[in-house]
Amino acid sequence: MCRGIPEPKLTAMDAMIDKLTGAIFVFQIVVVIVLGIAGNVWKDTEARKQWYVKYPEESPWFELLIIPLRFELLCSIMIPISIKVSLDLVKSLYAKFIDWDNEMIDQETGTPSHATNTAISEDLGQVEYILTDKTGTLTENKMIFRRCCINGVFYGNDSGDALKDVELHNAVSSRSPDVIHFLTVMAICNTVIPMKTKTGDIFYKAQSQDEDALVHAAARLHMVFVNKNANILEIKFNGSTIQYEVLETLEFTSDRKRMSVVVKDCQNGKILLLTKGADEAILPIACPGQQTRAFFEAVEQYSQLGLRTLCLAWRQLKEDEYEEWSLLFKEANSTLVDREWRIAEVCQRLEHDLEILGVTAIEDRLQDGVPETIEALRKAGINFWMLTGDKKNTAIQIALSCNFISPEPKGQLLLIDGKTEDEVRQSLERVLLTMRITTSEPKDVAFVVDGWALEIALKYYRKAFTELAILSRTAICCRVTPSQKAQLVELLKSCDYRTLAIGDGGNDVRMIQQADIGVGISGREGLQAARAADYSIGKFRFLKRLILVHGRYSYNRTAFLSQYSFYKSLLICFIQIFFSFISGVSGTSLFNSLSLMAYNVFYTSIPVLVSVLDKDLSEETVMQHPQILFYCQAGRLLNPSTFAGWFGRSLFHAIVVFVISIHAYAYEKSEMEEVSMVALSGCIWLQAFVVTLETNSFTILQCIAIWGNLASFYFINWIFSAIPSSGMYTIMFRLCRQPSYWTTVFLIVAAGMGPILALKYFRYTYRPSKINILQQAERLGGPILSLGSIEPQPRPILEKEVSPLSITQPKNRNPVYEPLLSDSPNTRRSFGSGAPFDFFQTQSRLSSSYSRNKDN
Amino acid sequence: MMSSNTASSSAAVAGSADSAAPRRNSKKPKYSRFTQQELPACKPILTPRWVISAFLLVSVVFIPIGVVSLFASRDVVEIVDRYDNDCIPDNTTDKVNYIQTPGDKSCNRNITVPKRMKQPIFVYYQLDNFYQNHRRYVKSRSDAQLRDNSSASDTSSCKPEDMYNGKIIVPCGLIAWSLFNDTYSFSRNSSQLNVNKKDISWKSDREHKFGSDVYPLNFQANGTVIGGASLNSSIPLSQQEDLIVWMRTAALPTFRKLYGKIEVDLEPNDVISVTLQNNYNTYSFNGKKKLVLSTTSWLGGKNDFLGIAYLTVGGLCFFLALVFTLVYLVKPRRLGDPSYLSWNRNPGGR
Repeated sequence: MCRGIPEPKLTAMDAMIDKLTGAIFVFQIVVVIVLGIAGNVWKDTEARKQWYVKYPEESPWFELLIIPLRFELLCSIMIPISIKVSLDLVKSLYAKFIDWDNEMIDQETGTPSHATNTAISEDLGQVEYILTDKTGTLTENKMIFRRCCINGVFYGNDSGDALKDVELHNAVSSRSPDVIHFLTVMAICNTVIPMKTKTGDIFYKAQSQDEDALVHAAARLHMVFVNKNANILEIKFNGSTIQYEVLETLEFTSDRKRMSVVVKDCQNGKILLLTKGADEAILPIACPGQQTRAFFEAVEQYSQLGLRTLCLAWRQLKEDEYEEWSLLFKEANSTLVDREWRIAEVCQRLEHDLEILGVTAIEDRLQDGVPETIEALRKAGINFWMLTGDKKNTAIQIALSCNFISPEPKGQLLLIDGKTEDEVRQSLERVLLTMRITTSEPKDVAFVVDGWALEIALKYYRKAFTELAILSRTAICCRVTPSQKAQLVELLKSCDYRTLAIGDGGNDVRMIQQADIGVGISGREGLQAARAADYSIGKFRFLKRLILVHGRYSYNRTAFLSQYSFYKSLLICFIQIFFSFISGVSGTSLFNSLSLMAYNVFYTSIPVLVSVLDKDLSEETVMQHPQILFYCQAGRLLNPSTFAGWFGRSLFHAIVVFVISIHAYAYEKSEMEEVSMVALSGCIWLQAFVVTLETNSFTILQCIAIWGNLASFYFINWIFSAIPSSGMYTIMFRLCRQPSYWTTVFLIVAAGMGPILALKYFRYTYRPSKINILQQAERLGGPILSLGSIEPQPRPILEKEVSPLSITQPKNRNPVYEPLLSDSPNTRRSFGSGAPFDFFQTQSRLSSSYSRNKDN
Repeated sequence: MMSSNTASSSAAVAGSADSAAPRRNSKKPKYSRFTQQELPACKPILTPRWVISAFLLVSVVFIPIGVVSLFASRDVVEIVDRYDNDCIPDNTTDKVNYIQTPGDKSCNRNITVPKRMKQPIFVYYQLDNFYQNHRRYVKSRSDAQLRDNSSASDTSSCKPEDMYNGKIIVPCGLIAWSLFNDTYSFSRNSSQLNVNKKDISWKSDREHKFGSDVYPLNFQANGTVIGGASLNSSIPLSQQEDLIVWMRTAALPTFRKLYGKIEVDLEPNDVISVTLQNNYNTYSFNGKKKLVLSTTSWLGGKNDFLGIAYLTVGGLCFFLALVFTLVYLVKPRRLGDPSYLSWNRNPGGR
């Protein structure tokens, strides 16, 4: 599959920071223009009288530009350049935290999680839609042969495992021909290659997990596929060896949904066509005389248990029929134009009048913790869409068993289907109408759409479908192709939703690359998806931790870091601007260049960099209250209004620092270098306290960084004060000996932090955000935690009961299945006949699932 | 480290077989509290008790400091005498012209000492509306030239006062050129009061910033446009303390610079007569000139700002502590109450 070139991804946060940077840039330009004009006016009115400044009487026109340019230089620090570096640094650390996380290691395979894209961790906290693949993502993709139906006889229905069914073993040992044929197809209708180890054991190399399961199951039933030597297959059955020669392999494609082999029995020279495939690809081409009712029933029953079904069939070929066809096939194989289509056409000529042998049912178990993960993330306000190549019934069953959709009466499924444009439009409109009505109710409404209807909807009714996509929190799209998956991601992105796509196979690669965040599960289907993805995790359940813990922390930390970067730059810049008012609007810098540089890259960036260790809430609290993610999703911590808060804070602090320094250091003390260092010290002290106040949890590293930074400020300035050639020679020693310096600095701290502390305390106590409440509860041991820990308990127990049972025991399917059927009164009101809700009953097309390259 | 190295080399054969196992393990992140973000952390929250006691503490510390600083400032005796207008003859219409015309501009002022002033009494001149911090002005100096005779030609930063007729000026630049040149002499009861002009500058400046081998050169040589004072070209810059003081530029447009020290006590109601030479031109930009005699305290000169600010901040903190306590008592609010925690998210709130 073509992977394409992935575009560099920009997080929503980066976009917001860019926007704010733009706003600050405009502000900077305005300041420069205003001060530039004021400076020129002052120069022409006042400065000409200040003889000691010696402005030349006549000056060229461009002299007018000098003062604005001076101010541009002064204000250029308004936009912190260091923010890019700091953000890159912390982002790579976020990624490292993901890599290092012990709780996200897949214990089975030992694969840790990995963040390939180190730049988008914040987006994880802002995810609104998760589009997930089914097989291998929600399920383990570990296929186990569970049941089969051979010629109308069901095996494995009682025990849930056909391999343990005595009747089947009896049938095998009694050499019932139907069973023998069935097993033969299971064993050789595939592309599996058996390998022998040194010890004589046989293991199979299969591209498809389904085939692997079938071959293994056949082996357990004494039909052992022993060897494949060029075209000769060797089968051992009850001690006797049977050889087959493979004449042709009619490969699987997702259009044909079946695969066949043509083999020649080496004993009697009979030529056989063995076929297996999805029910809708096999049952219609059964030979006219055969009764297929039993198979339809089997397929329906199995798929409602969430099992993947395959139909097996065969036909004996006459020699001349094969010869004739073989020529056509070779010709088709060698055509250059439309080869795939030609081959399919030729294959179709052979695959007809098949004798259906039976139906196999393969179980693909849900991964551990999938229902809990989905429930938690749905609580967190994330909408889930399941995109699968599987059958509708199988998909719905899996969706039910993993909390994807709730059973009636809370949940409600709306179906969009239809073969023609008109049908699709009608059902789309119906569904849309229901959606609009039910959005006000606390109902879990999901829509189900299949690939064909989706194609039409996307092509002709994009607008209506987009509206539906916005309204619906849950959707199941079955029978969709990889490119449709990508299109759906694109659709949601176009509505400005942040999307996360998670998948495990090569067919998910496009969707993963298209989404804002691509997560790959490094599972059984190779690493293709994991390589293309931004994050690769071992199991689906790690997604919860990835989003709730890593995504949320990353968002919070970056929100603080970026706004703080602007705050500190604005602070120093405002002081410079204020100083220009008392320096004749000439653009003099109060601070020397060394201090300015060190201020940005050193004094103010070290303490804030350790905010990457800050945790506003403990991981457990977040896991118990996933709803708190809402603050990240809605961007509550970084938006123009929070930024305005920081802007106001920097203005306030600049006024405090400036007014106090120039008044405390007035008259005989108003020496330039001293005033400059007093103001700078004031800024640094304020920084330390601001970071302290905004930090939620102090580790030893944070304490070292915040207070060590303050100490190193003095240390560095003492060093510079000891160098005779530097401008600030002896200044810092001189200041540190003055009581007035220390009183001034403490005054700045108290005056600057007092109102902020008071405001924060007031908000924290009397207008608390949900985060604050949880913090208080967490740290005071309040009642929320106990409440929270009790609440989620009943659910997992219930889920554990339901999900395995629904797959293994048919009698248990009713409780899950029935509620969906019952029409809820208010929907019936709106539709009269309740058209979309009887789709389970009216659906006459039976289903099985088959995919060799697993296109779900 | 050494022992482990030798061990691994001696066991090279075994090691190669084993190396697969640790490599696979090394893919697994090592457990440490840092990598797991589990460093022990202190998680304080803003409880009423903490916040109220913080505000109380600040007010308790700040109010006494404010009182002490205010007393210190009040103890300082300061005499400020503005003379720029009074030292112009009454009939002068064009003050600028008067000040720019050469001639004797001496002027007598009488100052009454209000309170006893203990020595040392600092004599300052104060200039108002004088922008020593102007960008053109503040840069116009050459530190290298001041420090070292060998860098005398380093005048590039001194424009427009760097050269005179192609000859370098030492000390160059606008700051030096505009050196303040009013002079004062004091007498009490017709006996001379000595003004000590030694050690009025920073010791570090004399020793490291202004060279003892640098002598004034071509200074104020331009006959037509004379800025301020001229310098005795036989005295090295390190001893020209008036210049050194002046070259410490002020950050504010109102500033005082030390002129000298009177090292005797002054008694109340002493009348000090000052004979001053009113030379310096502040008239063209409406600047004021003041003569200041001041004692000093541990906080410096007379400046009520710190004391008042400390009292204000302390008072406000006390007030806030009081308000918060009242609010807490009147309307107690349980922290972390789950009833505030409703997760009903209305779709409109998005």
